[in-house]
Amino acid sequence: MGLNNPATANERDTTSVVSMESPNWVTTRLDFLSNWARSNSLWPMPFGTACCAIEYMATAASRFDIARFGMERQSFSPRQADVFICAGRVPFKLAPVMRRIWDQMPQPKWCISMGACASTGNVFDNYTIVQGIDTIIPVDVYVPGCPPRPEGLIYGIQLLQKKIQGETFTDPMLREEQPLGPSKLFLPPARIDELSEPFGNSVHQTRSSS
Amino acid sequence: MTAAVSPSAAALREEFGEAVERVVVSCGDTIVYVTLGREHDVLAWLKATPGQEFNYLTDVTAVDYRDPEIPLEVVWQLRSLGRKADLRVKTSLGGAAQLEVRSVYDLWKGADWLEREVYDMFGIRFAGHPDLRRILMWETYAEGYPLRKSFPLRGHFSRAEQTRQALAANPEAHYSLEELSIAEAYGELPKDVQERLSRGERGEVR
Amino acid sequence: MSLRTVEMALSTPGVDAQGRPVRTPLGVADATPRYDEDFGAEHMLVNIGPQHPATHGVLRLVLELEGETVKRCIPHVGYLHTGFEKLGEYRFYNQIIPLTDRTDYLAPMGNNVGLALAVEKLMGIEITERCRVLRVIACEMNRIISHLVWLGTTGIDLGAFTPFLWSFQERERVYNLQEAWTGARLTPSVTRVGGMMADIPEGWEDGLREFCRTFPSTLKEVDTMFTRNAIWIGRTQGVGVLTAEQAINHSLSGPMLRASGVDYDVRKDRPYLGYEDYDFDVPVGEHGDIYDRYQVRLEEMWQSTRILEQALDRLRPGPINVSDPRLILPPKSRAMSDMEAMIYHFKQVMEGVKPPVGEAYMGIENPKGELGYYFVSDGTAKPVRWRIRPPSFINLSSLPAMCEGALLSDVIAINASVDIVMGEVDR
Repeated sequence: MGLNNPATANERDTTSVVSMESPNWVTTRLDFLSNWARSNSLWPMPFGTACCAIEYMATAASRFDIARFGMERQSFSPRQADVFICAGRVPFKLAPVMRRIWDQMPQPKWCISMGACASTGNVFDNYTIVQGIDTIIPVDVYVPGCPPRPEGLIYGIQLLQKKIQGETFTDPMLREEQPLGPSKLFLPPARIDELSEPFGNSVHQTRSSS
Repeated sequence: MTAAVSPSAAALREEFGEAVERVVVSCGDTIVYVTLGREHDVLAWLKATPGQEFNYLTDVTAVDYRDPEIPLEVVWQLRSLGRKADLRVKTSLGGAAQLEVRSVYDLWKGADWLEREVYDMFGIRFAGHPDLRRILMWETYAEGYPLRKSFPLRGHFSRAEQTRQALAANPEAHYSLEELSIAEAYGELPKDVQERLSRGERGEVR
Repeated sequence: MSLRTVEMALSTPGVDAQGRPVRTPLGVADATPRYDEDFGAEHMLVNIGPQHPATHGVLRLVLELEGETVKRCIPHVGYLHTGFEKLGEYRFYNQIIPLTDRTDYLAPMGNNVGLALAVEKLMGIEITERCRVLRVIACEMNRIISHLVWLGTTGIDLGAFTPFLWSFQERERVYNLQEAWTGARLTPSVTRVGGMMADIPEGWEDGLREFCRTFPSTLKEVDTMFTRNAIWIGRTQGVGVLTAEQAINHSLSGPMLRASGVDYDVRKDRPYLGYEDYDFDVPVGEHGDIYDRYQVRLEEMWQSTRILEQALDRLRPGPINVSDPRLILPPKSRAMSDMEAMIYHFKQVMEGVKPPVGEAYMGIENPKGELGYYFVSDGTAKPVRWRIRPPSFINLSSLPAMCEGALLSDVIAINASVDIVMGEVDR
């Protein structure tokens, strides 16, 4: 699950889900076991759209081979996947499809935003590209690059594995679904605008003529 | 690349007279400007006439100039595969009551998606096109026509509004009427929806 | 909830009294299942994509099926629309070059070269001889890697997984060369207006020669695996046929057009970069089916290797950039020490290079087909209109014509044979 607080955060019922009062030796051993299993057998759901998808394919091919990290089976069906790897730019037309696929993935699930386009929108600060998929789904690891080298993606996967190894099932909020509220937004509108604000060169390159 | 005018320009002048407004050579390419309304005749003549035989439509596009004095233009890039010749035909939509030109789908099937894209990006309608709907943006896209100069780079709406409109679109709702006429899908629609469809009502983004 | 034209509530109502799942047609009070009726009469609507392993990107196909036969195929594109043409109006001409890497990302150097040629045509610039040869090398290398992706992914679609690994292994070797030259594997941005980004480093030519020496053996392996393979032939021969007239009428280009028997290759008919001086053949098919397209692309890879070897022989030392200080950035050492060079640097970076008023269209032979760039300039440093004539977009528009009447599994094969890259289809 991501670091963003979704719109429905305040409405969560925190009283009914806690299984143990506090982490102890038993829970940490169980955590270790389940996290070890999960992190070493992550089945990716490659949501490849553009150039990053080609680098993803290169990472999956024989030279870099993510199968050695447990990602042997590329699961193109979200129902059987663990990690949603968004590789490539996401236009607004594709956004509901992406959200639908994320919702179709069962818990536990994680998300890697591969590449600058998925992370922030990259150089495409225009009418059609989502300025970072974290405005739509919760992201765990952002892998920068345009496209990231396969080694970069592997490092991102290793970071995710480390993150998973730090999880504990006594945290009641960890595997909470974040359904879209009635407004059908994942983040509050002000937050989306804040995240999508132009920065860097985008601020200056808004004039069509010179 | 010589700066010579293509001989098709002279032949067009002879055949169509005043419909050929002017002929320009730019960077070695010949460009023929024709009057709005005559473009289909000119293009059909260029395709069918022996000696011209422009059997290949390379591209259909439009140009919106920064200078507000210059109106929208529709551009057809033609090629004769046999004679290895190129020609660019343009028509200017200045002073037109509505942005509409005739479709050349009946001459070249390749114009199908190209014209849909021009409609999507510029809002220029193509009369006679079998299925003129948006192709790159979603069909109920409400912000406007992106490649017009009056359309700002980031769109008219705020990012939150764009995200809201995008996420509000149920992926299953993106079926066109033609697709829903497929028996199984239509038959599964609730009766009131079928009635609305038969009345010609379309849904809108809420 | 947004409505397009209908509300599609496709859920089942739940379980019946015995706890068995019930599928009741919506809007009908009577719960009798409809499968009693004439079973074959109903046409089925199947939606493929936009997220699907075999659509080569985010392409959505809506099929109307009668049993396994496709009655109608309606493709939906635009799921990767990035607004390149709009962005180009806000960039200087050299700043557009990185954008072109991302349209056809399987053969990025080809796009870079096409853009540079189009802008040079607009500005009336003649490039140097060494630049011309390097650009030919770039184009042909990228033709090989694009066709390799096509080969690998089509193989996967039709059930053959191993050639995917072979082709990606070969691509890695070309990626090593691209990275040594430009610093990037997939987004090289190798050209500039009037020249190249950088010259090839030491030992690069030997690397390319080594590649050309060993690559044909991989092609031979692929040939052995596919060309007389009964499964491959059964799935590709006679499938997705387009006649020559249809291909011309649909404005197809590239291997799609040539497989249908039309002998048109931009490199031969409208030569650029000195292609008229190279000795190579253009494979032309006969039947217009998937098998011919496969043969054409396989042969093209072999011919590209021939061109690469000739280009390497032709490469002579010399400048890669035009010696026009208004166009090419001076080397940093001079820009920091020499006043004139500093002024030129400043003007280019702050104001950009202004072409004359006019317009130009330049088409090159991309691996997918004829890639055209159409620029309209009003004399300012940013183009008024930048149009990409996308070969994949136009080739894809012939998909309904090929699919109607075919079987469902053929649709996947036909879609693979069109060789699309969605970045270019949607721009």
